[in-house]
Amino acid sequence: MLEWATDLSVWLRVGEILLGAVLILVPLLATVAYYTYAERKVVGFMQMRLGPSRVGPRGLFQPIADVLKLLTKEVVYPSQASGALFRLAPLAALVPALGAWAVMPFDDGLWLADIDAGLLYVLALTSLGAYGIIIAGWASNSKYALLGAMRQAAQVVSYEIAMGFALVGVLMLSGSLNLAAIVQAQSGGILDWFFLPLLPLLLVYLVSGVAETNRLPFDVVEGESELVAGFHVEYSGAAFAVFFLAEYSAMILISALTAILFFGGWLSPFEGTELARHVPVLDSGIHWWLLKTAFFMFCFLWFRATFPRYRYDQIMRLGWKVFIPVTLIWIFVLGAARYAEIAG
Amino acid sequence: MAFQTLLFYLFGAVLLTAAVATVTLRNMVHAALSLILSFFTAAMLWMLLEAEFLSILLVLVYIGAVLVLFLFVVMMVERHTPTIHHRRNYRLVALAVAAVMAAELGAALVAPDFVPASAPSPAPLGHSNTQALGSVLYTDYALAFEAAAVALLVAIVGAIALTLRARPDHHRQNPAHQSRVRKQDRLRLTDGRSEPPC
Repeated sequence: MLEWATDLSVWLRVGEILLGAVLILVPLLATVAYYTYAERKVVGFMQMRLGPSRVGPRGLFQPIADVLKLLTKEVVYPSQASGALFRLAPLAALVPALGAWAVMPFDDGLWLADIDAGLLYVLALTSLGAYGIIIAGWASNSKYALLGAMRQAAQVVSYEIAMGFALVGVLMLSGSLNLAAIVQAQSGGILDWFFLPLLPLLLVYLVSGVAETNRLPFDVVEGESELVAGFHVEYSGAAFAVFFLAEYSAMILISALTAILFFGGWLSPFEGTELARHVPVLDSGIHWWLLKTAFFMFCFLWFRATFPRYRYDQIMRLGWKVFIPVTLIWIFVLGAARYAEIAG
Repeated sequence: MAFQTLLFYLFGAVLLTAAVATVTLRNMVHAALSLILSFFTAAMLWMLLEAEFLSILLVLVYIGAVLVLFLFVVMMVERHTPTIHHRRNYRLVALAVAAVMAAELGAALVAPDFVPASAPSPAPLGHSNTQALGSVLYTDYALAFEAAAVALLVAIVGAIALTLRARPDHHRQNPAHQSRVRKQDRLRLTDGRSEPPC
């Protein structure tokens, strides 16, 4: 009978996992808070404005003020909403966005869970995130919210296919679904990273990532000029904050995955050179992963300030008629290259 | 009781509850969401059997894509008239189908060569479920795999052929033409003077 319950080592392992989760989630949530600050500053500078500058030196305390504001605001429940689902939806959006971080390899040997089908796990969880938005749109019992949720469902399903195909290329070169093994397969220097042989797939992956997280220029889900705010019109206060958190942690996740799948994760571009041997900072380590992730996080903001919103039919055309054929052709090219032993 | 056994009964209870809820709930969106829960719990049961690749695939394909589209359609149904009409003859058919299925399951259970499977012995460390599945699928069962792929392709073509109807008022856009448009094609500058009154 329950002998595992009295075994101390089991509980130590449980404690270890919980501690690991806290060590990942606390920096992640802090990053989300300051990502919103960075977004307002970066977009501000790109539009010749200053961005937030009043709370604290250079507006640095603005995210804290925003969090306090959102947490103390009243959460309004629409009287005709579907009560339980309306409350469940923000969590259904947040949990997958945070759960996907469990398999993230930060450095050589530094990860919470080293599972064999890690990439598949991340894909499965990001696809679950769509439910939070769909449930929110339906449970709000509002036409704007429902239309936003409809657009979201169609958009996510369309781009998920292109994204999945783009990742097939990564699997073909690395021969593994394990994220750490994918990084190790890219070792050898900057020319061994996958972005070079997989350049078309990298572009498809990045754009699909933007579309999956409903960021500009693919944010028709929220499209404020036609749908007010889309799926979260009826949400306020802390419930809105949870959706916000889910969206931003999904953006950070896509950036981190781009760094790992195509740009060698924690590997240094100077790996194996004389320079890296003498200057320890230039050798592989978690700081390279952080740097690469930060760059792609910046790209999300850059896209937002640069591109006008896509029209809905153009989004669908891009996903189905451009991206899927491009990925299929490149998978075939990769297969031929591997058969001829040129790549991989 | 081993921890896995405890989890098995927990998931089994959730799975059965969700499955019953799927067919009994009157609200169609609630029913679809219960179906999602039952699929998810089934995936967790596969995980207990150490079939993690298939388990994650079930979540990715069925919950992440197929059921999203399911929900998409169900959500279009008017919110306040979601009750399914009960008619006596449907109930009779349903009972007949249920009886046949129960009889088949019962026959399988009492068959002499039916042995309840015990939990699999844990795979050795470093055993890759994904790799094992892939090497079997693309060697021993390559022909069946290809045949399934062709069958799916036929289904895709069939679905498109059945639903694609040419409409006389169909609007077609040429994106290349749209992005080639320049300012002088659309904009005409005038000197701003109003027409003289007539």
